[in-house]
Amino acid sequence: MGLGAHDTNYRGGDGLGHTAALGGILIERSGITQLGAEGLMLMGAVTSCIVFIQTGSLTLALLAVLAVSAVLGLVHGVLCVTLRANQVVSGLAMTLFGTGLSAYLGKPVSGQPLPGAVPKLDLPSLQGIPVIGPLFGHLDLFTYLSFALVLALHLFIHRTSWGLSLRAVGDNPATADVMGIPVLGLRYACIVIGTMMIGLAGADLLLVYTPAWNEGMTAGRGWIAVALIIFARWNPVRALVCAYFFGALDTLGLRIQLTGIEIPSYFLKMIPYLVTVAVLMFLGWRSRGKPSGAPEALGLPYIREQRF
Amino acid sequence: MNERHTAPSLQLEQGRGARRSRFRRPYRIEIDPAGGQGPWWVPVVSIVLALAVCGIFIAWNGMNPLTVYAKMVKGAFGTSFGFTETLVKAIPLMLCGLGVSIAYRISVWNIGAEGQFIAGAMAATAVTVYYPELPMVLSIPFMLLASLAAGGLWGLLTAIPRTYFGVNELITSLMLNYVALLALNYVVFGPWKDPKGFNFPGTPMFTEAQSLPVLGATRLHMGLVFALAGVLLYWLVIRYTRWGYELRLIGANAEAARNAGIPISRHILAVMLVSGALAGLAGMSEVAGVTHRLMYGISPGYGYTAVIVAWLAKLNPAGLVISSVLFGGLIVGGYSVQTIGLPSSVSSMLQGAILFFFIAGAMAGKFRLRRSR
Repeated sequence: MGLGAHDTNYRGGDGLGHTAALGGILIERSGITQLGAEGLMLMGAVTSCIVFIQTGSLTLALLAVLAVSAVLGLVHGVLCVTLRANQVVSGLAMTLFGTGLSAYLGKPVSGQPLPGAVPKLDLPSLQGIPVIGPLFGHLDLFTYLSFALVLALHLFIHRTSWGLSLRAVGDNPATADVMGIPVLGLRYACIVIGTMMIGLAGADLLLVYTPAWNEGMTAGRGWIAVALIIFARWNPVRALVCAYFFGALDTLGLRIQLTGIEIPSYFLKMIPYLVTVAVLMFLGWRSRGKPSGAPEALGLPYIREQRF
Repeated sequence: MNERHTAPSLQLEQGRGARRSRFRRPYRIEIDPAGGQGPWWVPVVSIVLALAVCGIFIAWNGMNPLTVYAKMVKGAFGTSFGFTETLVKAIPLMLCGLGVSIAYRISVWNIGAEGQFIAGAMAATAVTVYYPELPMVLSIPFMLLASLAAGGLWGLLTAIPRTYFGVNELITSLMLNYVALLALNYVVFGPWKDPKGFNFPGTPMFTEAQSLPVLGATRLHMGLVFALAGVLLYWLVIRYTRWGYELRLIGANAEAARNAGIPISRHILAVMLVSGALAGLAGMSEVAGVTHRLMYGISPGYGYTAVIVAWLAKLNPAGLVISSVLFGGLIVGGYSVQTIGLPSSVSSMLQGAILFFFIAGAMAGKFRLRRSR
């Protein structure tokens, strides 16, 4: 199989990788811009690495990631929801702080091998089926969890009354407030839960794909996750499809190299970034004058009964 | 005026509060619409708080934060060598910070200064690679022009998708940073690599004729003149020209500016061209003034740090000079703590933390406490 899921080793689009985009979708659906994914993923990765090496327990490592991410999410929440600070700058600050702090904290464990691995779930019943077997037969726990998250988030946003409230808050917080929806509380909840998902994506990157921590190991995958949100037009199912499309692109680069065609690898590595811009331009051109799918109040702070 | 504006909301708030909880809050916090940017001491307090928070992490590693900070300050400002090094680092920050400030004036989120810096550095180096024999009077102006053009073009590559295709400029400028970085790595590991360089990923050293003059025995070079001239020009343009006036108008209220017939798309293109050109100039001044060659990792993230420099300066020219010297010092201080076994990432951690507290503080300055009746 050319493009088996375990073969598309593009880390932004595999396993829990696209969970970063899912977390971002949850946050942005509530009307808050989230640009800190790169820093948050790094923090998730370094936290899981340190705790896993210190305690040897995968569960504890994941719990620590959730806790650290929740704290970072709260910081973003206080800045953007309570203080109504500029959400773009808050996201950039999150990326800078996360990059610096993760490099600082990770220095002692840099390059150290992990004491264990994430268990793989071999499903013999699936492995016998032709196409599906090699694709889904032996993936790790995180990958299944990520599929479940896509479904859960999709159903939550589009099929529950809480999801309806969420969309209302993202599109028109003033109206939602009049209807009695707790705008600020809902935004806080989305930010904290979404940030946890982004942190888990970072932990997945470390625990599943890279054997050890090294500084700046996400190498722009957090930003690809941010681009994925726009690609997927804030829709979880489309995010999954787009993530695997990018995984395929990245693999394509590797495949071209293997065929022996003389293209310097630097140019092949540019493909995902250039395609990101090209596809966004195509989408922008195709949907001129049409709504982009972005929550209408995205990036605007909400202040009850007051204007800036 | 504020009294009248907020009175109805005050009643509504109390009505809800009375139903919801048994406690009456004696004070409430609200935003003063005319609060402006908050008082001058906000940046100072945010820096102190950021130092305190990062101090916790430093102490966690078993170091005394005060010793570490003292070491940083001494390394960056304590000696004449340290201070000129700080100024050397401040040059690219000032130029990139100027670039992003111009874009932020009209809410164009250029975070591509890093890529534009690299593009400028590469273009300047291309002049030395392909025309190695030019005399100084020709080579330096050519390098300048090449870097301005390359940086400006890299900026336009962000502006065009934004204006004509509605693509978020944050994403484009960021993706282009990675593209520029990969292109840089390609040339320094590939075609431009110094054949006599023992496999060092960099071009051959520039000749005297390809280097900017330096001040005495220090590494402080003429780029400082470019940077200060740029700051002065920025101030004059924003303050006294029609273009600057239109930029301020768009910055204050884009909708009103559009209705007044100001062509916003054209301004976005122009602003990104200028913004990129300034970052490109920073790249040229770095290769021609400091490293004297194009090499792997030419920028330790100047383009990203410039974003904070610009915010801390509140996009104000004098503030830009102060904050770029401060952050230059932070980078040099970061290097100096390596001697006591701390990673230099202390400085990027501090940068992020300062930005957090600064934006929080800038908003908190707009709030005020009111006694509710």
